[in-house]
Amino acid sequence: MPDNLAELTIHQAHELLKGRQLSSVDLTRAYLERISKVEPEVQAFVTVTDELALKQAEAADRLLAGNGANPLAGVPVLIKDVMCTKGVRTTCSSKILENLVPPYDATVVERLKACNAVIIGKANMDEFAMGSSTENSAFFTTRNPWDRSRVPGGSSGGSAAGVAAGEAVYALGSDTGGSIRQPAGFCSVVGFKPTYGRVSRYGLVAFASSLDQIGPLTRDVADCALVMNAIAGYDSRDSTSAPEPVPDYTRCLNAELKGMRIGVPREYFVKGMQPEVDKAIKAGIEQLEKLGAEIDWEVSLPHTPYALAVYYIIAPSEASANLARYDGVKYGFSYQAPTMWESLEKTRQYGFGAEVKRRIMLGTYALSAGYYDAYYLKAQKVRTLIRREFDRAFEKYDALITPTSPTVPFKIGEKIDDPLQMYLSDICTLPVNIAGLPAISIPAGFADGLPIGMQIISKPFGEETILKVAHVYEQSTDWHKRRPPL
Amino acid sequence: MKLTREEVLHIARLARLGLTEEDVGRFREQLSNILDNFEILQQVDTMDVLPTAQPLALKNVMRNDKVTPSLAPDDILANAPRQEGGCFRVRAVLE
Repeated sequence: MPDNLAELTIHQAHELLKGRQLSSVDLTRAYLERISKVEPEVQAFVTVTDELALKQAEAADRLLAGNGANPLAGVPVLIKDVMCTKGVRTTCSSKILENLVPPYDATVVERLKACNAVIIGKANMDEFAMGSSTENSAFFTTRNPWDRSRVPGGSSGGSAAGVAAGEAVYALGSDTGGSIRQPAGFCSVVGFKPTYGRVSRYGLVAFASSLDQIGPLTRDVADCALVMNAIAGYDSRDSTSAPEPVPDYTRCLNAELKGMRIGVPREYFVKGMQPEVDKAIKAGIEQLEKLGAEIDWEVSLPHTPYALAVYYIIAPSEASANLARYDGVKYGFSYQAPTMWESLEKTRQYGFGAEVKRRIMLGTYALSAGYYDAYYLKAQKVRTLIRREFDRAFEKYDALITPTSPTVPFKIGEKIDDPLQMYLSDICTLPVNIAGLPAISIPAGFADGLPIGMQIISKPFGEETILKVAHVYEQSTDWHKRRPPL
Repeated sequence: MKLTREEVLHIARLARLGLTEEDVGRFREQLSNILDNFEILQQVDTMDVLPTAQPLALKNVMRNDKVTPSLAPDDILANAPRQEGGCFRVRAVLE
C-alpha cells in the first residue's frame, strides 16, 4: 500500500482496489482522516458526507470482489454543492438554500452512483456559482492549498482545492464562464469543461442555462477521461442534452501529436497579463511543438475583446430569470412578513448575497423594457459572431492554446470590492462558454510556487482532440505530480 | 451615464429584490460602471446577424408521450417553509 493515499489518481486507486491490496473502506477512511487534518486550513467542504461515503465504500468493496467493476467504483469523489444529491443538503453556498435537502439526484450524481463511486462531500463555491474566488460563498472562503492567503479560484474553488489538497481523489464542478478551468489552473489540477450539451444539466441548480456545463476536476488527464466516460451522454430530462454518441475517452490517451495543427490566438495574451504566465504558456506551446504539433503563433480572433461584455449581459440576464424561482414558498429560506410582496422582497434581500443581487439587478436591467434590444439582443448577436470566428479557426486548427487565466492566484480580499476587476480574471475562459466549446485547463508551471494553468480549446464535441493534446503534454512534464505544502 | 436612484429602485422592484439605502447607493455606482463598459458592443456591426440563444441550435425538442414515475407529494412538500393539507401555503394575493 502506498504511503500517501492522498496523492492517488483514480486509475492508481482502481488498480489497488481491483488487486485487493486496498479496500474502499480503508481508502475512504484515509480520506476522511485527511479531511479532518487539512480541512481547518483549506475549507473546501460545505458538507462532509462521512456516513454515506462509508456505506457506499462497503457496497463498492462487495462489488470489487468480483470482476468488471467500473474504474470509479470505491473511489472518493467531492461534488460541487450546486448539484442535487438526494437526501444530502445542497446549498449552492447560499443562505437561501442553506437547509435544502433535494428529493432527487442530479443525473451526474445518479451516474456516479451507478458506477459505485463514494461520495465524500459537497464542495464550497461562490454563491450560485457567481464568482471567481469562492469569496462570494455565504459560508466561508476556501483557501488555495498552495498559499492559504490566496484564493483557490472560483466558482468551483472548493472542488479544485479539495482535489489539490488530497481531500478527494477527484471532483465534479460546473463551468459557466470558467468556473471549472480557472480554479483548476489556480490549484494545479486538471479541469475540463465539455461541449455545451455533452453532460446533462438535470439536477444542476441553474445559473445561466445556455452557458452552464458540468465537468471533472482530477489529478491527471487519464482520470479526466475516466470521469467523462461516466458522466457524458444524452439525458431525456435535459432538453439541451446532445444526442451525440459518447466515445471511450481513454482511447485518446498516449496518442501521437504528429500532424496536429495548433493555433495560438494573440488576443488571449492580453495587456496586464503576468509576464511569468506569458512565459510559462509560451514554453508549454514550444514543448508541444517539440512533441510533433504544428504551431501557428499568428492566429487572430478579433471579436475576443467583446466577450466580457457579451458574457456579463447574457449570464446575468439568464440568472435573473432562473433565480426568480427563489420566492420562499416552495423551498429555501422564507421571510415571514404580513404581506406577500414584503415576504418576497425580504426573502430575497436576506437570502441572497451581494454578488448574486448585483447580477440579478444587471440582468433585470438588460432585459427590461427599452433596454432589451440595446443590451440583451445585441449581446446575443455578438455571441453569433464570436461563435463564427471560432468555427472558422477550427477549419484550420485542431486546437487553440491560451493561458487559463492572465495571472496566478490572487490574494483573498484583493478584488472583492471591484466587481469589474474580478470579472476580468475570467477573460480567457468566457469566450469558450459563449461559443459552447469544450476546453481543458492543465497544470503548466509555477511562478514563485503559485500554479499556472494552460487552456486547450477545440471545436464542439472535440473532447477527444483536447484529451490527446493534454495527455501528451502532461506526460512530458511533471507539473501534475507536484503537491501543495500541506 | 449614471443610473438614477429611481432607476435602481425600479429594477429592484421588477426583480422583487429588497434593497437597503446603502445597497441603492452602491448599485448606482457599480452598475453604472459595468454598463459603461458594455458600451463597447455598440462598436460591433451586427447588421443581418441573427442572435444566438444557445450554442447547440436545437429546435423543438420533443419527448415521447409516455407515463413515467414522478416524485411523491410528501417529497415535494418536505422542503416547504409553510404547508397545509398537501399544498404550499402562500400569503394572500388579494387584500
